[in-house]
Amino acid sequence: MELPPADARILARRAAILAGLSAILPRDAVIADPHELKAYECDALTAYRCLPLAAVLPRTTDEVAAVLRFAHAEGVPVVPRGAGTSLAGGSMPTSDSIILGVARMNAVLQTDFDNRFVRVQTGRTNLSVTGAVEGEGFFYAPDPSSQLACAIAGNIAMNSGGAHCLKYGVTTNNLLGVRMVLMDGTVVDLGGPWMDAPGLDLLAVVCGSEGQLGIVTEAWLRILPKPEGARPVLMGFDSNEVAGACVADIIRAGILPVAIEFMDRPCIRACEDFAHAGYPDCEALLIVEVEGSPAEIDEQLARILAIARTHNPVALRESTSEEESKKIWLGRKSAFGAMGNINDYMCLDGTIPVSALPQVLKRIGEMSAEFGLDVANVFHAGDGNMHPLILFDANKPGDLERCEAFGAAILRLCVEVGGCLTGEHGVGIEKRDLMEVQFAPADLQAQMRVKDVFDPKWLLNPAKVFPLHVSAGRRAA
Amino acid sequence: MRPSDEAELADILRGADAPLSVRGGGTRSAPATGAVLETGGMAGLVLYEPGALTLVARAGTPLADIESILAGEGQRLAFEIPDMRGLMGTSGVSSIGGVIADNASGPRRVQAGAARDFLLGVRFVDGRGEVVKNGGRVMKNVTGYDLARLMAGAQGRLGVLTEVSLKVLPAPETQATLVARGLSPSEAVAAMARALGSPYEVTGAAHRDAGGEAETMLRIEGLAGSVAYRTGRLRDMMGRGWEVEGAETSAARWRGVRDVAEFAGRAGSVWRVHLMATDAPEFLAAVQAEDGAPALLDWGGGRIWLCLPDAGDGGAGRLRGALARLGGHATLVRAASDVTAAVRHPEASAVAAISDGLMRAFDPKGLFRGAA
Repeated sequence: MELPPADARILARRAAILAGLSAILPRDAVIADPHELKAYECDALTAYRCLPLAAVLPRTTDEVAAVLRFAHAEGVPVVPRGAGTSLAGGSMPTSDSIILGVARMNAVLQTDFDNRFVRVQTGRTNLSVTGAVEGEGFFYAPDPSSQLACAIAGNIAMNSGGAHCLKYGVTTNNLLGVRMVLMDGTVVDLGGPWMDAPGLDLLAVVCGSEGQLGIVTEAWLRILPKPEGARPVLMGFDSNEVAGACVADIIRAGILPVAIEFMDRPCIRACEDFAHAGYPDCEALLIVEVEGSPAEIDEQLARILAIARTHNPVALRESTSEEESKKIWLGRKSAFGAMGNINDYMCLDGTIPVSALPQVLKRIGEMSAEFGLDVANVFHAGDGNMHPLILFDANKPGDLERCEAFGAAILRLCVEVGGCLTGEHGVGIEKRDLMEVQFAPADLQAQMRVKDVFDPKWLLNPAKVFPLHVSAGRRAA
Repeated sequence: MRPSDEAELADILRGADAPLSVRGGGTRSAPATGAVLETGGMAGLVLYEPGALTLVARAGTPLADIESILAGEGQRLAFEIPDMRGLMGTSGVSSIGGVIADNASGPRRVQAGAARDFLLGVRFVDGRGEVVKNGGRVMKNVTGYDLARLMAGAQGRLGVLTEVSLKVLPAPETQATLVARGLSPSEAVAAMARALGSPYEVTGAAHRDAGGEAETMLRIEGLAGSVAYRTGRLRDMMGRGWEVEGAETSAARWRGVRDVAEFAGRAGSVWRVHLMATDAPEFLAAVQAEDGAPALLDWGGGRIWLCLPDAGDGGAGRLRGALARLGGHATLVRAASDVTAAVRHPEASAVAAISDGLMRAFDPKGLFRGAA
């Protein structure tokens, strides 16, 4: 992965820059020791590492503003960091950059159940937002699988999704407003505890901008009343095509399940070996979950099961207890762990139109043979977001490169069938160089013009999202 | 000018050097100044996959065409698009591009989301004449910046939409509405907050007060058995004084709320105010003090439609003064030509600078600056 060459002028001024940061922030908020900085050399995309110039951990919006004002004046790039769980390298530093982490800003500032929002500092973890409101019967809907660890700051930067998007949407659909610091230290509020923008919807473009437009320090998040209950049903089919047709039929029938998860045979087998969830031996497995009161769940599941039966399922298991529901989800939720048990793996994140599912799975199977690497598919089938897991051996020379080439081929396929490179992980550095597969030059120019307005000197997270040769002129300016 | 496709539109915009008045169906807002550029020539369905809940259409496609195609599959656009013709005194045919450019959303927005929340992707031509695509036709897509949502609600100030891609949803089997009469605004807002905070999936919460006949209404939609169950539970929870209305009455009632029907024939400046729902009673007390102007509360109180006398600033000072204290924003939707108020709510200077910068970046020739 290519990174822009470090700016020697910045490296030469390291001592002065550290002194400047120390003058702005309390002593314990500036990290300069190389051993301590190791913690910031990468995020969850661990294949790529680089020590930053320094890391800072401010406690207030004012401190964030002071750091950015200083870095702006000094011309030093800043890489924002939430909890460091990005799978796309979104918070990977360069050696001439300052990591600005918001992890110490994790307070709940306001809960308002009548207006159904919570205002938090963005270092707060996703799951602990729900934790702050569930006592009153509410929850925060976006649920990325890293929700125990990931921070709201990163969720906003990447517009994170989760398993329940079909019904509840992703971060952007649940974000009411932000307090954000621009690169020059200006603090702006976009949105707030009311709905929709009076002018241009700047909040919309900030969400998912991968920390390139500003650093979000506070957020107004929409919270929802918890449903009365939820129950999954498990279905096994003897082909991917049939499972795909069943998904389309359920949706066409006017039922909106809260989640539809799809697993293919390699994934089923690995999960079964690992978690012993009692999954059937079949080609494709669906977990469909619906919500509501017991009677409403019965009504929806009866319709879903009737549809499933028309597709000759090899297994059909409706949960009748909390215990069984947990068991049905157990295998799916341990999919990544199960894969890690077998081998090193790379998790992809492309999205395809649901109708292209059988065709894409077939092609991935063929490519698996061509590249000589195994792949398992787990898939949010309701919304088309695929997570193919490519297995490789990191100790075997050439395997990582082969795996990356295979991954890129799958993502190209996603775009070819009408989908996209990333459904919920973000571009970061990981998919940066594939952006031209999906976008024409004018499409990328239009996006970069937005960054020009928010961050004219291109100092915020500059080496991400856009291929380096495309952004070169702007970064050098 | 009436381009028949995107390439022709791009040619026109590349060559243009004076402000244009870009028009979809011409139903939603007062026309801008400048040579008229109509988008109706760029019409037609591009793709509809009911099993994937996805629809792609050219921007000039009449909304009614899209709605009837969706209805054929038992699906709909869930954000409940207001028909503004009665209120605005306009005629013509609403286009899907205009709907998206205006982020036009009705009562269900409180639960299901706004137009922008159902937007999966766009194609547009910016003021430089460059064709830009953003987003796509899949539900989860974080590839690059979300310019599609930025275009939603931009009212054509960044470019002319040529194609939109939307998430559609199953239309519910049936609906019912709970109605209570005679509640004060603060009682109504408290009741609506309770209902919206319940697990019964209330998809509409509105309160109208026309001439002392206040009505508060709560809508439930879905499968028949589920609607019966949730309506019963909600009624139990709300206590005495709530009556149940069946599907037909309910549907007519919510069309009225959606289209702000009660202000349609009435003279005056019509304002749309978005604020924190629980601030609605205090806000109303502040702005209605002198003349008891009629108000329609939607979104549990989070959106207020007001009709104020068409004089001076149309009430802008009063409204925006109250909002400066409470937070929120007010848009002047309709007014007599001599009303002096700004249509859009003023933004904080740092935010206005960003918006201005974006407009200059996408429209350096100022072609869309005349957009109302």
